[in-house]
Amino acid sequence: MTTVTTRSPSPRATGRTKRPASESGIGRYILIRFLLIFPTIFILVSMVFWLMRTTGDPITAALGGRLGPEQLAERIQAAGYDRPIFVQYVEYLGQVFTGNFGTTISTNRPVAEILLTYGVATFELVCYALLVAFIVGIPLGMVAAYWRDKPADAFLRVFAILCYATPVFFSGLLFKLVFAVYLDVLPVSGRASTGSELQMQLLPNKTGLYTIDAIMTGDPGVLADVLEHAVLPALTLGLLTAGIFLRLVRTNVIGTLGTDYVDAARSRGVSEFRLVRKHAYRPALIPIITVIGLQIALLLGGAVLTETTFEWKGLGFILSEFLRARDFVAVQGIVALLAVIVALSNFVVDIIAALIDPRVRY
Amino acid sequence: MSDATGSPAAQKRSAWSRLPIVHQLRQSIGLQRGMLIAGLTITTLFVLTAIFAPVLAPYGFSQLRGADGAFGAQQPPGGAHPLGTTVGGYDVLSRVLWGAQTALFVIVVAVLLSIFAGVFLGLVSGYFGGWLDRISVVVSDAVYAFPSLLLAIVISIVISGGKSNLIGGVLAAAISITVVFIPQYFRVIRAETVRIKAEAYVESARVLGAGSGRIMFRHVFRNATRTLPLILTLNSSEAILTLAGLGYLGFGIEPTAAAEWGYDLNKALSDVTSGIWWTSLFPGLAIVLVVLGITLVGESLNDLADPRLRGRRAVGQTAGVVAQTSVVPGGTLVAGPGGLGGREGAATHPTDGLEDRP
Repeated sequence: MTTVTTRSPSPRATGRTKRPASESGIGRYILIRFLLIFPTIFILVSMVFWLMRTTGDPITAALGGRLGPEQLAERIQAAGYDRPIFVQYVEYLGQVFTGNFGTTISTNRPVAEILLTYGVATFELVCYALLVAFIVGIPLGMVAAYWRDKPADAFLRVFAILCYATPVFFSGLLFKLVFAVYLDVLPVSGRASTGSELQMQLLPNKTGLYTIDAIMTGDPGVLADVLEHAVLPALTLGLLTAGIFLRLVRTNVIGTLGTDYVDAARSRGVSEFRLVRKHAYRPALIPIITVIGLQIALLLGGAVLTETTFEWKGLGFILSEFLRARDFVAVQGIVALLAVIVALSNFVVDIIAALIDPRVRY
Repeated sequence: MSDATGSPAAQKRSAWSRLPIVHQLRQSIGLQRGMLIAGLTITTLFVLTAIFAPVLAPYGFSQLRGADGAFGAQQPPGGAHPLGTTVGGYDVLSRVLWGAQTALFVIVVAVLLSIFAGVFLGLVSGYFGGWLDRISVVVSDAVYAFPSLLLAIVISIVISGGKSNLIGGVLAAAISITVVFIPQYFRVIRAETVRIKAEAYVESARVLGAGSGRIMFRHVFRNATRTLPLILTLNSSEAILTLAGLGYLGFGIEPTAAAEWGYDLNKALSDVTSGIWWTSLFPGLAIVLVVLGITLVGESLNDLADPRLRGRRAVGQTAGVVAQTSVVPGGTLVAGPGGLGGREGAATHPTDGLEDRP
């Protein structure tokens, strides 16, 4: 990577000083970037709190139809929702700061616990999806850039737009229809069949990541079962991101193909194919890293819909369950946690991008 | 329109060829022209369907029985129902056609509201600067980085309490989408305003004694809005996806209030396992087609505005006019030298590698 950046004819890159200076630069950058997380989380959590509370207290929303007015008032008082809203706000902020996201009304479990149990499943799904996105998006993007403005490029661009234009729940339904119902080669929904799930439940130190758990059972049948269940959801969510990666790689490779050092390589007689594969491709990948961070938000949104479609028991699935039960404490907790995740992952990605590409640093 | 970039070539062209879409159509060649025309055709068809839905649709969107009794649930395509009926006993074709109307309505309301709010906030914030500007930027960055669907869910809980009635449901969906989009317009307009504020003609206007309001709306606004058509197309397609996502999660519009594709897909979820394909295929295809059409238009406009991506023949003709009209001002798509500006956790959109370098 370093060879590429130093070879690039950027005036900033040539003017770069020795190691120590750039090291203190990155330290400062990380610190500033880290401090920026807090206002972001604070704003999002506050926004969610105030928005959700303008509708009234969550107990009336969840149980309004089922309890009498006295019982309701009793529950509201017990939960402290009759106090001034500003007091509740300060208290809520304190709770979030210590990792306490409240207790759900419908199931009476701590939101943090739910987040842990189901968050793992979402994490697994997102990892699979990113894998699909990489495998599909990056090579195809290079192909499109190589045959720029040729039929292959046109086809791939339309494919990329289609990936983006198809709502994940629709592509999920189509996949289900074709592969699970008509061809009957893949399971319809869930993360694993009941038998495998039971076997994994018996593990002494289970992680909740089914792939790892399945490997730990040592039974290839369980692993195959878990992977089979993951194929369709991963494809569904992965293709959404693959389209974005494809477009990004294409534009970036086209961009780098026009730079001086690629011209220089071309004049030395390097073949066009090798130019794309060796010279233009690596610097074009840097923005991908940045974009992954930005895709976390999109992936989480897509995960909600994918999980609902495939009954994948993750955060999105449970979120839609709580939405249906009108349990807004749980919804608020999940949304607040997702805000924290987005802020943190953006931070991590920015740091990685800065470590790889010195030009990003301040 | 182009006080800032008035090259002789730009002034010579007729008013007709300077209209947003017509100009790009003439500018484009080959594949890009094909994509633009395909996109425009699909979009036009969509708008026409939306407007003439009452004429085109064989039944009403909430009609359960015709002249010869009830439609019956999950009837396969054919006969009186070319695309079959849903699990609720509605005619699929009619609901798909009427759905276009709901989608168009939501797009128009959402995009108009967010343009007004976003442009106004961006102008004021960028023009006056100071602490208000800083707070607005941090807030809009935070909102921008957040999954838009989740935000839309929260807003729709606020607006309709998760329930939906007639106009309320449609408006709630539109407003939810609006809130999600405001930061995008805000960022673009603010960045442009900050840039334009330093231009000589703004300085001259101030020397001549023009007030802040006049400068903002007469000098800055008219030059800052060049990129709006682009974001508008990108947002319209996203509006449809968000609306459908909301509907799919049960926050959409009740079937008696209006036809909504996402809601229909939600109801079709259980049909799929029993091999009933027509209830999900057609509303889904409608979404894909409309988003595809609008995105094709947006994508082509974006490419045509960027000299590096534009087809080669056109480069010489118009480079002067569209110097800085990428979606994000100063936005850059290259990874090469100078490509990655110092960005702070702000999110770009799922459209491209466009980066914000204020």
